[in-house]
Formats: sequence, structure tokens, C-alpha cells
Amino acid sequence: MDATDRAIINHLQGGFPICEHPYRVAAEQIGISEDDLLTRLQRLLDEKTLTRFGPMYQIERMGGAFSLAAMSVPEADFGRVAEIVNALPEVAHNYERAHPLNMWFVLATGTPGGIAAAITKIESATGHRVINMPKEREYFVGARFAA
Amino acid sequence: MDKFDRAIVEATQGGLPLVSQPYHVLAEKLATTPEIVMQRMTAMLEKGIIRRMGAVPNHYALGYRANGMTVWDVLNEHVDALGEKIGALDFVTHCYRRPRRLPEWRYNLFAMVHGRDREEVEAKAARIAEMLQPHCRACAILYSTRILKKTGLRI
Repeated sequence: MDATDRAIINHLQGGFPICEHPYRVAAEQIGISEDDLLTRLQRLLDEKTLTRFGPMYQIERMGGAFSLAAMSVPEADFGRVAEIVNALPEVAHNYERAHPLNMWFVLATGTPGGIAAAITKIESATGHRVINMPKEREYFVGARFAA
Repeated sequence: MDKFDRAIVEATQGGLPLVSQPYHVLAEKLATTPEIVMQRMTAMLEKGIIRRMGAVPNHYALGYRANGMTVWDVLNEHVDALGEKIGALDFVTHCYRRPRRLPEWRYNLFAMVHGRDREEVEAKAARIAEMLQPHCRACAILYSTRILKKTGLRI
């Protein structure tokens, strides 16, 4: 990753234009050519420096729902439970965290009722309780990173 | 949001085509005109259905290896005013209020903090702690120790 890659990452975490030639407009703002920008974006994606390039959607505004849920899973049972949880398409992210509640996952479903259904499924398949912590208020979602 | 918007979402949630005229490519795929695609996407951006457009970095690849979910037990009457302030900090990437689940879980304010290492995360958490005084009763930092799944949100 060189200085131009960093400039691309720092400038393009939002505000990508919606117009006839958006990459050309964005490239001009960074001071490179359109071809250079396209080539570099493809490489940054291939190298997995970027996870995606495009619109980031807010799923709740589309009638769907999100929730954060956690479980306390005994170490000996962790692999089995992770497999069950990960197999559900409603589970978008799942992290192991250093805490008595050691498995934390984000549920995303097309309908608000889908969250409760997914939790019931996980509880009955794993035999462990799921603590559901839907967001009550959002103060900020930005997730911008300086490269 | 109608069926057509949904079709745009489905066609772009994996990413925007990396070609000179990406909205034209989408229009062709959706059997419509580029003008309509651009209009619809602009409207979705204005309504907040699209949060933002651009690059989504993999924070691990950028050297942000420590990922701490900082959680705070903040007095109910102060949590919203303080949550706005914490959310405005430049190193907080997500900030939410969530319900307490007693007795297992007492924390109602969540702020995600990324850093190059745990020391950096702890220094940032200390700044949050200062700002929450004297209305915070307890706090914790939950570090992720393993990514078990990460597919991103899809409809």
C-alpha cells in the first residue's frame, strides 16, 4: 500500500458521487486518473484491504431489523455452538469476545419478527440462552478508518 | 421503498461495478435507464437508506488489530446526552444505547473503539470514561479474540 492507496482510502469512505462518470470525478478529487483509480480499487479489493466498494445500506430503513445478541458458552461446547450460530443466514457477524458472555453476534432479518424467530432457533438447537440487546438508540455509525 | 429500490439494493449490496459508468451497467442489468438508477440511488441516500457511498476498509488490513467493544453503565437520565457526545468522538466507530439485561448485563451504552493495539484502545476508553463522569457506575472493554463469521448484512 502506497501514499496514493492511502489517499484513496482516506478520501473515499463516503461521498462517492452518483453521476455519469463517478470514478472520473472521484479520481480528479484525489489527483489521479480514472484508470489508475479503477485499477487500484480492484487491487485493494483483491488484497482484502477493502471489504467492499459501493453503497452501505441501513437495513432498518428497508423494513428489516438488526440486533446484537450474546451467549455464554462453555469452552468445551464452543465449537459446536459456533457452527450452529454461523449456519444461520440471519447471522451477519459473529465474534468471540473475552468475557463471561463470550459469543457476540449480529442478527439481520428482512422483518422485525425474524429476530425473535432466529433467537428461538438458536436456543433450541444449542440448549443455551441468548441475550438479545436490540439497539434502542443510535448515536453514531461511521466506522471510518485512517489509512 | 418499493420493489425497484429493492432490486437496486440487491444488485449493489455486494459492491458497485468497477467500470467507468457503473450506474449504466446497473441500469442495463435492471432493464431501465441510468437516469432512473441515479435518481433512485440519490433519493435513497437522501432518505438515509444508503448511509454512505464508497470504500469499506478492512480495519485489520489497515493495522487496527485491537477491537474493543467498550460498554458503560450510565444513569438513564444522562445516557442520551452523553451518548451523543461519545458518538461524536473521532475514534468511536459505532455508538448505541441498548437495554440492560440484569443480572447478566448491566451496561446500556456501547461504543466500539478500534486501535493498533490494546494500549491504544485503553487510552481511548480512558477518554470516554472521563467524559462520562460522574454519571457512569461501571464499565468494561470486551476485546474480540476471534472472528467466527463475517459476511456483512444482506437482504
